[in-house]
Amino acid sequence: MSAQMLRVTEIEALSPLVKRFRFEHPHGAKLPLFSGGAHVVVEMPDGDMLRRNAYSLISDPQDGSGYEIAVRREDGGRGGSRFMHACVRQGDMLRISTPLNLFSLDMRARKHVLIAGGIGITPIIAQMQQLLRMQGRFEIHYAARSRREAAGLRLLPDLPHIHAHISDEGRRMDLGAILDRQPIGTHVYTCGPEGLIASVAQCTERLGWPKGSLHSEVFLAPPPGRAFEVTLARSGRTITVGPHQSLLEALEEAQVEIDWSCRGGACGRCETEVVSCHGRIEHHDHWLSEDEHSSQTRIMPCVSRFRGRELILNR
Amino acid sequence: MPATKFTPSITSRPVYDGLTPHGAVPALMLANGPGGEALLELIKTDPTIPGHAHVIYIPEGCGFGKTLESKGFASYFEAASYASVLPRFRKLLAEAGMNTRLYLAGTEGLIGQATSEALEAGMLPEAIDAEHRGSLARRMQCVHCKGITENVTTDPFTCSHCGLSLFVRDHYSHRHAAFQGVCVDAETPGEIPPRQEIKA
Repeated sequence: MSAQMLRVTEIEALSPLVKRFRFEHPHGAKLPLFSGGAHVVVEMPDGDMLRRNAYSLISDPQDGSGYEIAVRREDGGRGGSRFMHACVRQGDMLRISTPLNLFSLDMRARKHVLIAGGIGITPIIAQMQQLLRMQGRFEIHYAARSRREAAGLRLLPDLPHIHAHISDEGRRMDLGAILDRQPIGTHVYTCGPEGLIASVAQCTERLGWPKGSLHSEVFLAPPPGRAFEVTLARSGRTITVGPHQSLLEALEEAQVEIDWSCRGGACGRCETEVVSCHGRIEHHDHWLSEDEHSSQTRIMPCVSRFRGRELILNR
Repeated sequence: MPATKFTPSITSRPVYDGLTPHGAVPALMLANGPGGEALLELIKTDPTIPGHAHVIYIPEGCGFGKTLESKGFASYFEAASYASVLPRFRKLLAEAGMNTRLYLAGTEGLIGQATSEALEAGMLPEAIDAEHRGSLARRMQCVHCKGITENVTTDPFTCSHCGLSLFVRDHYSHRHAAFQGVCVDAETPGEIPPRQEIKA
């Protein structure tokens, strides 16, 4: 995973829980351009721990002068977002990966319907800038609980085809009304809680949309759980994964070479073969198929855990 | 006439899986010649289909029009040729919603052209059903003058635009919905191999 050290040049509170960060090259060099929906992985040296979190880029994809992200503080999370909020100061240097896009616009579309829930607005901000530049036909539907919490409102221009659905103002998002009667060539992109993504999938299925017109992204934080042990077939070593650590992080700590990209169960890079499994793999990823999940022959170490007697991986 | 079966020897040639009913959803149907019979067989499997389906039929001498017209389709329109009905087909596509299905039946040339038109309108391939019925004649594009010659049944053939003698290549272009024809006597002008009937 290629990455470079970038300087934090701006920090701005967008809402009580969301901060915007801007990163620039220390010598003002241009950064690689990206496409709407791309994310970067931010490395956070937190004490003797190295945290790595993926964040969608919210800046203009055609602007190489800097990268911007918006981070929501998750007080119940594992600490990455708390670190960004509490410890990162303007002028700090952080290691930022090259952008990667797992949620790009489908260029076959004649119309794009972008649906965001809460902080899920972030990739859609960059997609919107790409669409504005290419004069694409689109509409945005952004759902938030309250105007105060809706950090995305600060990032969205006031345009007639950009709609905010604020539930405590009595304007809940009505997916049926949004999706019914869309013309052929419409593609829908959803980013937000898993419940929202599932609702869009159900609604489009009920309306008879072809599945290929659906796109979604959900980044999972590695869920905590009970500590467990894993045996590595190639070296014969056994390592322990802590309750708040992911299997991927434990492998990295043990200096096991492993490729990764999104660290959120979406990209498939860290897929690992299971040699033997006596117990149950707790799959949390969106990468493996249901059959692969139930066969317990593959695991995504970035988000999935294990409970049982013995798990041997081909690593 | 039953559905046309191909030998699987031409890898670039699309294979159409046939029409399968998708129930009472908005549908566009476009058929030519013996393809009319495929539509009749389709609605026999599910009588809820016609009420939501707009049909365009190009008879090309086949007698399925009368029967089709009597089946209670949402609309029925008979056309002389694909070229003449293209503006109407485009309008139907432009007004269609995301739940619209497209059923195509008939010759390879019709299916190919209508498919590329529908994809251009933004329809996804998974929303299109197609069934090849009728002639094995090929729609050919001359790679030299780019003109299209319809209903080619011999190899080589004469380009109807520039007059070159063209060799029929087993190379299908999805974008043009046509096979490629290449000058057969470029190296040895006037030496044209005997014409053979195209059998696949």
